Amino acid sequence: MSEIDLSKLPKGGKGFAHDFAADQTIFKGVPWGKSMMWIFLLSDTFIFSCFLISLMTARASTTAEWPYASEVFGLEVFGTNVPLLLIAIMTFVLITSSGTMALAVKYGYERNRKMCAWLILATAVGGLTFVGMQAFEWTKLIFHEGIRPWSNPFGAAQFGSFFFMITGFHGTHVSIGVIFLFIFARKTFRGDFDTGRRGYFTSMKSDYRAIEILGLYWHFVDLVWVFIFAFFYLW
Amino acid sequence: MEQSNKKATTHNIGIYLWIWGLLFVFSTFSYLVDWFDFQGLLRWSLIIFFMLIKAGLIMAIFMHLYWERWAIVNVLLWPMTAIIVFVGIMTAESQYTFFTRALFFVMGS
Repeated sequence: MSEIDLSKLPKGGKGFAHDFAADQTIFKGVPWGKSMMWIFLLSDTFIFSCFLISLMTARASTTAEWPYASEVFGLEVFGTNVPLLLIAIMTFVLITSSGTMALAVKYGYERNRKMCAWLILATAVGGLTFVGMQAFEWTKLIFHEGIRPWSNPFGAAQFGSFFFMITGFHGTHVSIGVIFLFIFARKTFRGDFDTGRRGYFTSMKSDYRAIEILGLYWHFVDLVWVFIFAFFYLW
Repeated sequence: MEQSNKKATTHNIGIYLWIWGLLFVFSTFSYLVDWFDFQGLLRWSLIIFFMLIKAGLIMAIFMHLYWERWAIVNVLLWPMTAIIVFVGIMTAESQYTFFTRALFFVMGS
């Protein structure tokens, strides 16, 4: 993998033809873990796309009034209703955790173990905050607003099932990411990526490229939220 | 091994902070679309515009796709055309469903 000197290979379109015509590996200089993560994320993209496209289909084909997200997800602050406030804060929290993750990857490659580990921990805390706010949002909508997968007081009955399905599936991704971020923070603090200590599950040696692969997953979670924010909350 | 890693993937911290800031700005903009209650075509085009910019920045810089070789970039991005085609198919489908439902409510069975 890493013995390949990428600077000697053709780039751009020629590189594309060269890599695809290669004997052994297509993705030159890409560790197998990273290409597998990308392919997993590609399949995940299709799953989320199917959710959002079915949301579009349901919303465009129903004759009932679709609930106005701006009001449904509004938050009362000092007696005034601020539209989408919680969702906006959640968006900023997730972007911030994405930023700390990007920096963690950078410091990982620079072998700055401490900085990398603290940034991963910060990312995990950001993710945990996001999940916490989502739990608050769900509680509010289920117990105070009476939204159910089969009905809701605001309009089209399909609204609830799409809300719970889409944000729930995304929240599950965030939760899994948070678990892995905590595990990787611990591994980084312990110096596993410097010493090549074998992983508990995989029993394989690892290095700081693992942080980049974890980072890809985390950025993807942020990426999906960009689309959910646009299509579910704003549209 | 460490040498090639260093050369291939670390970038100046500035670029990450810039992208971070830009993501904040564009998120604020897309929130403002709702805040100012823009409606209709303006609302939809602004939402999609800011969404695509944010998605592009995350993928290109945070996920390092800008620095990856074309082979993997193409493998990852071309399948997205299938999604766009699917959106087109389901738009037609949902309009037809809406039409038959509306017809049912007006004409009865």
